[in-house]
Amino acid sequence: MEAVRITLEQIIEELGLELVTAGDGAVRSIGGGYASDLLSFVMSHARAGDVWVTLQAHDNVVAVAGLIGLAAVIITEGQRPTAGMIARAEQEGVVLLATAKTTFTVVAELAALGLSGGADGRGS
Amino acid sequence: MSGRPRPVLADLHVHTVLSPCAEVEMIPPLIVRRAARLGLGLIAVTDHNAALNAAALIAAAEETGLRVLPGLELQTREEVHLLCLFGALESCLAWQKEVFGRLPALANREEHFGPQYVVDATGDWLRTEERLLAVSAEIALDEAIDRVHALGGLAIPAHVDRPAFSLLANLGLIPAGLAADALEVTGRFRPETGLKQWPGLQGWPLVVGGDAHRLSEMQSRTLLKIAEPTLEELRLALRGEEGRKVSVDWGNTD
Repeated sequence: MEAVRITLEQIIEELGLELVTAGDGAVRSIGGGYASDLLSFVMSHARAGDVWVTLQAHDNVVAVAGLIGLAAVIITEGQRPTAGMIARAEQEGVVLLATAKTTFTVVAELAALGLSGGADGRGS
Repeated sequence: MSGRPRPVLADLHVHTVLSPCAEVEMIPPLIVRRAARLGLGLIAVTDHNAALNAAALIAAAEETGLRVLPGLELQTREEVHLLCLFGALESCLAWQKEVFGRLPALANREEHFGPQYVVDATGDWLRTEERLLAVSAEIALDEAIDRVHALGGLAIPAHVDRPAFSLLANLGLIPAGLAADALEVTGRFRPETGLKQWPGLQGWPLVVGGDAHRLSEMQSRTLLKIAEPTLEELRLALRGEEGRKVSVDWGNTD
């Protein structure tokens, strides 16, 4: 199957996401997607370049995203990152996006754009 | 032997510089001094998944009016934070050993999570802990509570009113048959709103912990009526037995 090149800019545009962090992160290209609210699973299963979909909005989200080198974090269900979290994300070069949509809807829309979650049961 | 029950202020949730997210001011002598200023008679040292600074804090409080319970704040596989408190350092270190055996074999990355310092009673640096502590141990909440009890400790789910890493946020409810000894709420919790939002909290002994990652976050709202500042007296107070009691000052001072 032909790999689809998708940029963060496209995702923000197509899904109508709010870019919370300052900077030009919006041009990076995305490797794949991962969705979970348990940070320990993200830490062991997400891959560099993934966009991570979660409703968690606290400082450790930034730490995990920075550690793995995720392309962006989409924070769902109207959860708002704190000012401290945003500052930390900008410092670490982590792109934060926000939306009122549910995680289910966001994942469905990302899949419709051609983004893949990779092989089933990854890392297990 | 133990005398008559008297009022003792307590904060059962204090971090030190071992916790990667704690400020560098969280060293034993400064914690002891702050506790004295707050009039605290009992605190518990509860770093994330480890108790490597417990002995230092206990030593720093010797010959002061403050007693320090050794403990740790476990992060369970459900990402629920659980205060595990012990009467004796050896029991606490036995629990730490079990926890270390269930942590993923990952190294801490200071640039992302922050540094993890092991210090002595004066706060001097001894070494930097290299295993990643800001992570879940592979232990379920129920099993953790059972193991802590088997080691003679108390198990108190932490900051249950917080939107992350908490019993109510991560499990959505207080599981039926939860064997915890009390529930901790944050300084922002107010019973008039909180008990409406989470009716499941009714009937539980509540304590307010500072979850202090900096000195100014330590709390002095939990009032114990106990004969001595010990784990056994705390246990009686949480059960409301033998004239021992726990109450919380829900005033609006932060």
